[in-house]
Amino acid sequence: MVAQMTTVDADNTIQSRASQGARDDLLLDLSNVSKRFPGVVALDGVDFDLRRGEVHVLFGENGAGKSTLINIIAGTFPPDTGTFKYRGKDIAHLTPHGARFMGISPVFQEFSLVPELTVEENLFLGRELTVGGFLNRRAMRARARAIVRELNFDLRPDYKVSQLSRAHQQMVEIAKAFLTDVRLLILDEPTASLTDAEAAKLFDLIGKLKVSGVGIIYVSHRMQEIKQVADRVTVLRDGHKIKTVAARDVSENELVELMTGRKIGVLFPKIVSDPGEKLLEVEHVTLADRSVDDVSFYARAGEITGIAGLVGCGKSEVIRAIVGLEPISSGSIRLHGTEVVSPTPAAMMQRGVCYFPSDRVAEGLALARPVRENASMAALALPGFSRHRILQRRSERRIVQGIVEKLGLRPPNIERAVASFSGGNRQKILLARGLTRDISVFLFDEPTVGVDVGAKVEIYELMKALLATGVAIVLVSSDLPEVLNLSHRLYVMHRSRMAAELTGADINEPAVLSHFFRERQANDTVTHALN
Amino acid sequence: MADHSTTADTSLTSALKRIVRSYKVAGFLPVLLTVLLIAFAIFIPNFLVVKNILNVLRSSSYLVIIAAGQMLVLIVGGFDLSQGAVVALTSVASALIMAGLKDTLPGHPDLIILFGVLAGLGCGAIFGLVNGVCVAFLRISPFMVTLGTMSIATGFALLLTSGIPVYGMPKSYVEGFGRGLLLQLPTAFYLAAAVVAVMWVMQNYTRMGRYILAIGGNIQAATVSGVPAKTYLILAYVICSMLASVSGLALTAQIGSGQAVINAQLTLESIAAAVIAGVSIKGGVGRVEMVALGAILLLTLTNAMDLLKIDPRIQAIFLGIIVVLAVALDELSQRRAALV
Repeated sequence: MVAQMTTVDADNTIQSRASQGARDDLLLDLSNVSKRFPGVVALDGVDFDLRRGEVHVLFGENGAGKSTLINIIAGTFPPDTGTFKYRGKDIAHLTPHGARFMGISPVFQEFSLVPELTVEENLFLGRELTVGGFLNRRAMRARARAIVRELNFDLRPDYKVSQLSRAHQQMVEIAKAFLTDVRLLILDEPTASLTDAEAAKLFDLIGKLKVSGVGIIYVSHRMQEIKQVADRVTVLRDGHKIKTVAARDVSENELVELMTGRKIGVLFPKIVSDPGEKLLEVEHVTLADRSVDDVSFYARAGEITGIAGLVGCGKSEVIRAIVGLEPISSGSIRLHGTEVVSPTPAAMMQRGVCYFPSDRVAEGLALARPVRENASMAALALPGFSRHRILQRRSERRIVQGIVEKLGLRPPNIERAVASFSGGNRQKILLARGLTRDISVFLFDEPTVGVDVGAKVEIYELMKALLATGVAIVLVSSDLPEVLNLSHRLYVMHRSRMAAELTGADINEPAVLSHFFRERQANDTVTHALN
Repeated sequence: MADHSTTADTSLTSALKRIVRSYKVAGFLPVLLTVLLIAFAIFIPNFLVVKNILNVLRSSSYLVIIAAGQMLVLIVGGFDLSQGAVVALTSVASALIMAGLKDTLPGHPDLIILFGVLAGLGCGAIFGLVNGVCVAFLRISPFMVTLGTMSIATGFALLLTSGIPVYGMPKSYVEGFGRGLLLQLPTAFYLAAAVVAVMWVMQNYTRMGRYILAIGGNIQAATVSGVPAKTYLILAYVICSMLASVSGLALTAQIGSGQAVINAQLTLESIAAAVIAGVSIKGGVGRVEMVALGAILLLTLTNAMDLLKIDPRIQAIFLGIIVVLAVALDELSQRRAALV
């Protein structure tokens, strides 16, 4: 089977050399592709093509449709409409297995690894080498070692994936793509958890692959990387293709404008800070699972306190710990100057601290229930919502309706099930919950993930309005422009620890990035020595 | 001299290391089983008697076979409550076929047995397929599906027999297979050993074993990697039910009649044996050789309680406590592992 594939391939290369036509150069050609999920149009009439030996960057905000597009190419699910041509042939009914067989190798950001299996077992998952029906472990071990050596990764094939760090898991994910002959490589934010040195290795590899004619689809938010690797860039926004541009003809600002559809200054409102007393103080907090290690910070009334950091640095965990969602092993939390002993979400809510989870579906909302019930969930014990444990439905409706209209929920129908609302509107429903009672400290965990640009602006405007009433806002976000532009004071977390506190003009991208990657190399050597 | 002691030291430490490593691999169960066996042998007078040992071996064989199937379904992240009912239905169906063919095919006991066995295995295959398809394609929770099929299988078994035992199986089936001894050991023991051996090879040396583990570990990852997850999910349920049938056939042969009410505790016992053996109820983890030990441990305990004349009703309470404790331990150890 494999031998057959190679001969076919050889023929094709000869043909393409002979004709030298640009059309033969096309590896992948998608036209007018649409994909609809319940409640959202993820992709709407998108054209996308990839040539042999090029790096084509997909650029766009969260929810722009990038992951839907790469999942269609990888065969995870089919498009609703549109044509899919791969190496000149129309492809229908593509499965993940079929895609890999044809040389399409995806490296997903959400790892496709099984934690209880070893590195080697994961590499070969779905295409094990066998002899007479039995697994050929020796051959697989040899092949795994060879690939790891070729990629120059520091990986042990016999380790269980659950024992590996995120960066090492990322390496396994990449190595998995190289197991078969790759023709089309999909890299979804591959450097998100790699060190600079590891990323450099990856870029070398990308260079080699390009020379050998592999087409690469590269998803990234990082401007520097895009400049470094991209040949062409396609910008997606809200499921539409905005433009495909040659990477060398476009500036960073132009790309961001294409992505957001507006000038940056307009996206982020000017929020005036008026720092008052310290409402929330976190001192030397360490969590039981060590995802937060000796972290201190404070939040003042009338200002937005930002916390930036890479995925997995502990920034979400620290604010979750404040409301008792993560067990604290040492340190103290003070609210309005008084110490909080063993916080729980209910008790913190009563004391005026409201946490908005990043995963709205898993932790925030009851999707099958109407907006009204979701919004009033946290306030049912208050007068206006119940009296002597009996619900006051009319007054509940009135209060929730008022809040929802203020938030600009569309449609403003409070009896509709949350499931039928889009990401941005769901976030507003979650916010409505915080507005049903007196809250003095708002803890936002990735408030604009999966939210479209329009709703983003409304959420920022809401923060502005809230801040004017003298509350404290803590904003945890992986969206760098967001924390940079909104924070009045910005903390940077790195590997479970607080790396820096920036104020005023120091809040800029280079400063934050330098702390993201600070001491990373040194830390790596230490972990390796321990291993 | 100095050299000598260091080599002795290293060989001692390496031996210790080896013990620690094998403990890490095999876990607590073999140690516990050994300790219990020694304690029972010393303190319970009739425990270490040939007849009793054969008795334990035979009764644990049926459980080993069922538990091996239960393990597969637990590994893919489900569970099968219908096993006990499938055992009963298999017993009734195979006995009815054999009794019915007695007059049609006189003088051909082997053919009669063949049809009886096929009928029994067919029951398992059908119920396994229904369970698997409902879980894989209709995405119904395994709990509800197998609770439903349990009721269906029990209903059929009672309907077919009106609760009256079915006699009339060929003598060679009962005397030769069900109650027979081979090299002093019950035939069911060989059957169980064969099942464990095949499953062990399957788990360690075949694609199927790896896919089943992968599906339980992360079904999304398995699917994205090109594993036909639904097929193997269904296969796990089919094998599970068919092993229940195998056990039901052996049990019927031993009892000598088809029974619609065989052993109400079987399903719980099979889950207990698997969980004691470290099979995670969250899926992705489980080894058949440990499950076999778990089943033996469970029935050794039961046997010891029988010999000590402990009321069976109290034994039922005890079984329940063991199951809850084993699951709690599994949960706790995972939580601790997560903290490290």
